[in-house]
Amino acid sequence: MHIEDVASELSKLFKKHRADYIEAHLEETQSSSIGYRGRVLENVSKGISTGGNIRALVNGGWGFISFNSLSNLEQRIGLAVEQARLVGKEKIKLAEVAPVCDTVRVQPSRNPLLISLQRKKELLDHYNDIIWSAPSLQTSTIRYGDAFRKSVFASSEGALIVQERSDVMLNLSAVATDGKDVQQAHISTGSPGDFRAIEVMDDRIAEMAGNASKLLAAPQVKGGEYTVVLDPVLAGVFVHEAFGHLSESDHVYENEQLRQIMELGKRFGSDKLNIVDGAAVPDLRGSYKYDDEGVPSTKTYLIKNGVLTGRLHSRETAAKMGERPTGNARAVNYRFPPIVRMTNTYIEPGESSFNEIIADIKEGVYAVNWYGGTTSMEMFTFSAAESYMIKNGKIGELMRPVTLSGNVFDTLANIDAIVCDLGFNEGGGCGKAGQSPLPVSNGSPHIRIQKCLVGGKK
Amino acid sequence: MVKIENKDMQWGRIENILDEALNKSQAAEVYMAVIEETPVYLEANRVKSIRSSESTVVALRIFKDGRIGYGAGNDPDDAVPIVSAAVETSSFGAQADFEMPSPAKYTTPDIYDESVNSASLEELLVQSQNMAEKLIEHTPGLVCNGGAAKEVAAVYIANSSGLSESYSRTEYSIGIAGVLTRGTDMLFVGDEASDCHVINDAGKVVHNVLDQLDRASSTSKISSGKYPVIFTPNGFASALAAPLMAGFNGKLVLEKASPLAGKIGRKLMDDKFSLYDDTLLPCRPTSRPFDDEGIPSKRLPLIEKGIVKSFYYDLRTAALAGTKSTGHGQRSGGHPSPAPGAFGVPVGETSFEDLLSGMKEGLIIEHLMGASQGNVLGGDFSGNVLLGYKVESGKITGRVKDTVVFGNTYVLLKEIAALGSDGRWVGGIFTPSILFPAISVASKA
Repeated sequence: MHIEDVASELSKLFKKHRADYIEAHLEETQSSSIGYRGRVLENVSKGISTGGNIRALVNGGWGFISFNSLSNLEQRIGLAVEQARLVGKEKIKLAEVAPVCDTVRVQPSRNPLLISLQRKKELLDHYNDIIWSAPSLQTSTIRYGDAFRKSVFASSEGALIVQERSDVMLNLSAVATDGKDVQQAHISTGSPGDFRAIEVMDDRIAEMAGNASKLLAAPQVKGGEYTVVLDPVLAGVFVHEAFGHLSESDHVYENEQLRQIMELGKRFGSDKLNIVDGAAVPDLRGSYKYDDEGVPSTKTYLIKNGVLTGRLHSRETAAKMGERPTGNARAVNYRFPPIVRMTNTYIEPGESSFNEIIADIKEGVYAVNWYGGTTSMEMFTFSAAESYMIKNGKIGELMRPVTLSGNVFDTLANIDAIVCDLGFNEGGGCGKAGQSPLPVSNGSPHIRIQKCLVGGKK
Repeated sequence: MVKIENKDMQWGRIENILDEALNKSQAAEVYMAVIEETPVYLEANRVKSIRSSESTVVALRIFKDGRIGYGAGNDPDDAVPIVSAAVETSSFGAQADFEMPSPAKYTTPDIYDESVNSASLEELLVQSQNMAEKLIEHTPGLVCNGGAAKEVAAVYIANSSGLSESYSRTEYSIGIAGVLTRGTDMLFVGDEASDCHVINDAGKVVHNVLDQLDRASSTSKISSGKYPVIFTPNGFASALAAPLMAGFNGKLVLEKASPLAGKIGRKLMDDKFSLYDDTLLPCRPTSRPFDDEGIPSKRLPLIEKGIVKSFYYDLRTAALAGTKSTGHGQRSGGHPSPAPGAFGVPVGETSFEDLLSGMKEGLIIEHLMGASQGNVLGGDFSGNVLLGYKVESGKITGRVKDTVVFGNTYVLLKEIAALGSDGRWVGGIFTPSILFPAISVASKA
């Protein structure tokens, strides 16, 4: 049974049940993955997955049922409605959106499944050879994964959207040791389905593998407050982790205090600071035409000229806050309901040059590439993969990776210089409410932050 | 609820896939898991949604011409695409350097309770709502998320060496997390519990969160320096567990990426510290008669009185390392690989109050955020104290903010001042509170 055949039946089935709103998602996903540990090819696998879900709204309560088998859909709709009725207490509204009927196909050049496993493996073998030409290596990993997904969205309001999406992910890491100590370096990258995006990486990979051993000899930064310059990758992680999650309205809309903090019109940074999120920004891993509630994607200014101007919405949060839906309701797959998520999140480029912003730093830290990041709204920590001291306006010696930590609001206000070199990090997979990894991208130019807390040696 | 289909029918499907696969390969193994999950979600203090999910995973592993092939899907009636994926990937798969296990003796711990399966949605709903109400009554303004969930799973494994086994397990879990926002200050509290039986009494979880709220009701400052630090069970799980879980992983040991590689029999930690992995404990959702490759479960000593005893392995890693699988092959969406089952640190004899009373000036860590970034393999941890308290003259004086702690798990475990008698489960980890004599703390002036 194919999902497109099933979909046409759904609108009739929806009419048989009494609910304020019902929607269905059906999906077919084909994926492949190849993994290496050290020099050894560890696994090659291919998978197919078919499944779907029904989500129903009754008096403000949501029922949600996910399944693999596409049979008994009518019974499943009934069950979702029944669950919703059990928790429903008061009517809520969903922001009005004109129901869309559309089909969005992926161009064949962006379908990684049309490339043979043989060719994928040859490329990765080549990359592994490059990694292993670096000195002092102890181990390495390569993880490649791709997916091609066809999804159908149908709602009781009459929407019927068939959308294809594809995704390519590549993670490479090298671990070096000198017998006592272990250090690692990595690259995470990807593309919205275009295999060519990961085909020309020889130089980057050689540099990455070399860095793992260089880090062994690198000293540690002394912990404390510094002027910190972030490269586009790390600044992108910062804007995603530290600010992006705060802009997700589901965190805000039922929390009165947070609502006050995140009041539109409030100043968060200098005039130079502009932060954007949008799936309508094309050709990135977080790009799409319709979100998982059938809402057309947009480009949203979260901060314009330093002032809070927007946030990310599902239909429910938009209605609740009296704002326009932004097309940010996403589910990682059919096992989950759509929730408010980021797409492509970035700081817009400024006018300075890199040399200008480091020129007057006496002692600072240049933090490069990301290792990880997490946030609890107010506080964040994120880790750089490499760091360098900045001394008297010059980039100095390579240091051990640092962890940067702080209060989001203070840190945004402390961004005092933004370079013109916007770059995107396509290696991210975002996690929220157990839904991970969701394809997103984040980006930024180089930015300078005053008074940033750096964890390191005492 | 949709019932898990009867087992005979499932075995028929599994045997069919196995037969199809053996027509095209020399050895084959079929793993299937059928899981039904129903969580009730509490959002912003009220139950807002119920979700249920039925999922089926079928994974086929074959040995063909000395190489491993792998295919997966979720329709056990449709063997063709799964078998052809396994055949296709086998042409450049990894070398098949182990044997599929024959039937063995299994012990089935207490992991299934029909009353979890039959618990009503209303019960889950009322329990979720009650937890939130008790917390809000104590701290008005607290915004709670959480809920209660039940899960029933059936796991099947069959291979061409004659193995054909299955088990069922149930899991009941409750959890609640609260956020209190004052100005731009946010306080995060929370706790959770899980069991294979119905958790009728949510009192312990509520009580733990109330304790957190009381201890954090005022704020206190700590200046940068070295201090004695108590990691509570939650604190240990959030900060120190990840390096250990990686360090004892047979795969990382084999690659010598683990600092513990080659250290079996060496005393690397304090006498007071022991660590076991035990997947036979009753009532634990991590327990099972056998792992995802059909190897019997056991209690595995990792550290005994500070001495490194063993590492955990799956079949393939064990074969490469010249040892035996310890029953730690786990599948998380792909090939099996070694994964911890349930880590346990035996408790000490000092009550939490006594751990506190000897402390002149120090810190209690309840949750360290971002601790497992950085060089986890090397044992390094560094993170922001999301929830932690300052101790002065044996008394908690309030919550600390803008504070980072850092150190190395392996260095830390060489010297333990005292182990608490207050052990409890936090997810898949059982540990008491642990007092360390000196840890580096950096705080914003």
